[in-house]
Amino acid sequence: MGEGHQFNQYSQKVIDHFTNPRNVGEMEDADGIGEVGNPVCGDMMQLFIKVKNGRIEDTKFKTFGCCAAIATSSMITELIKGRTLSELKEITNKVVTEALDGLPKVKLHCSVLAEDALKAALKDYYRKQKKEGENEAS
Amino acid sequence: MRRVNFDHLSCSPLLPEAREAMLPFLSEDMGNPLSRHFLGEKPAKALEEARAHVANLLGASTEEIIFTSCGSESNNLAIKGVAYSYKKKGKHIIGSPIEHHSVIHPLKTLEKQGFEISWLRVDSKGNVNPEEVASLIKKDTILITITSASNEIGTLEPIIEIGEIARRNGVIFHTDAVACAGLMEIDVRKLNVDLLSIAGNVFYGPLGTGALYIKKGIRILPLIEGGIQEKGIRAGTPNIAGLIGMGVAARIAKEKLTQRKDFLIHLRDYLIDGVLNNIPDSFLTGERSNRLPNHASFCIKFIEGESILLHLSFSGIAGTSGSTCSSEALKVSHVLEAIGIDPFWAQGSVTFTLGIDNSSEDVELLLKELPKAVDKLRSLSPFGRRSRGIVRE
Repeated sequence: MGEGHQFNQYSQKVIDHFTNPRNVGEMEDADGIGEVGNPVCGDMMQLFIKVKNGRIEDTKFKTFGCCAAIATSSMITELIKGRTLSELKEITNKVVTEALDGLPKVKLHCSVLAEDALKAALKDYYRKQKKEGENEAS
Repeated sequence: MRRVNFDHLSCSPLLPEAREAMLPFLSEDMGNPLSRHFLGEKPAKALEEARAHVANLLGASTEEIIFTSCGSESNNLAIKGVAYSYKKKGKHIIGSPIEHHSVIHPLKTLEKQGFEISWLRVDSKGNVNPEEVASLIKKDTILITITSASNEIGTLEPIIEIGEIARRNGVIFHTDAVACAGLMEIDVRKLNVDLLSIAGNVFYGPLGTGALYIKKGIRILPLIEGGIQEKGIRAGTPNIAGLIGMGVAARIAKEKLTQRKDFLIHLRDYLIDGVLNNIPDSFLTGERSNRLPNHASFCIKFIEGESILLHLSFSGIAGTSGSTCSSEALKVSHVLEAIGIDPFWAQGSVTFTLGIDNSSEDVELLLKELPKAVDKLRSLSPFGRRSRGIVRE
């Protein structure tokens, strides 16, 4: 407390995604769920993806955290929606941060949360796919 | 938009009377009190008047007041000044874990320099136990430093009892009274303190002004060396206009102490009850009654403090938080940690400090806007009772 806040350092886009976050919610029939925590500040993100024909058909998120964590969560759902799975490699925390017109330096670690959640959701998706494939084969 | 300041410990408005008194010293009466020519006369006289007002607010004599630039400087000067001055007598210091950073950091620096610091325990409401203070005193204890009230949780500490223990054992006692000055009656003789820090802005003087009471006979080594300003204990040209403003604010604070205190306690209780009744899964931090008259601090479960502050700020309400993400240092409040709050709940910390410029309408606005912000953030949170996600009780 009393060590300074960064309210005025946030870009308009960050504030927009913080106040009107896109794709908020949970998904009953998600094909992949990524759940990650940020060891620095205790932030927590859940990312749900629905995959159809090799594309992200739908995505939802829930995030516990500060303005930067919420804004990056919202932005990454916007960035991945409709993309093919192979295109998702390009969605790094740097891409998310740039799409938000930047973040205060001290808040950059928050953007890692979104990238990690995406990686975790994809990992979960591929694991489930593999399991289904095995079930079908047997 | 209505602007509501519930962050008075960071910045309180300047009293018009203080501003009026300052203005001439920024224009026609500007001068250096140390000058031996006509330009120094008025500032020198006004500075001593200001000193008398501050002394009167604390029940001290004028020669016991040293002007500084802020509460943090006062704390640094008291702690390092005593440690360096008395190190031949001993190197043991007793401190509490709920001090302001301007006490904690100097103590840690001294620790690195070979001083031994004993950290007291505090209970879950932030109370220091005087008996523990007594039990920690050793032959080489030179200083006890304990805040009069934590700026983060508002709990009032048993300064009189600790003062008696310090006096009985011949140990120097410093208290950081920055959050208390002008809000609680302070009489340095009754408190048995040897050093006491205050800051002008907390009682509606200008920002960037402070003072340290140093009981006659206590030796202090200066942090800033140079000329003989402030008896050589704090060299350097002082912020004349600012200190004159602080003097006027101190005079008025003394006159209106009871009136302000009663007003603030009433408003504070309205706010505390309102928040606890309107926000499910929230709790107060610190003591309910034995706390600063203007202080209300909470943890709101399942959401994060900076996010709450930002939503409130959009609604014109200023508050503060001890959450990790609201600190530049990315550390959760050491005070909330010390009183044993689960670090997860500490992320939902919000603190409101009220002032004489607030009204019940301001509290009503908060009670309207805060639940909205909380609901919005909880709808985003993977935690909580309503979420199908992770539940934390």
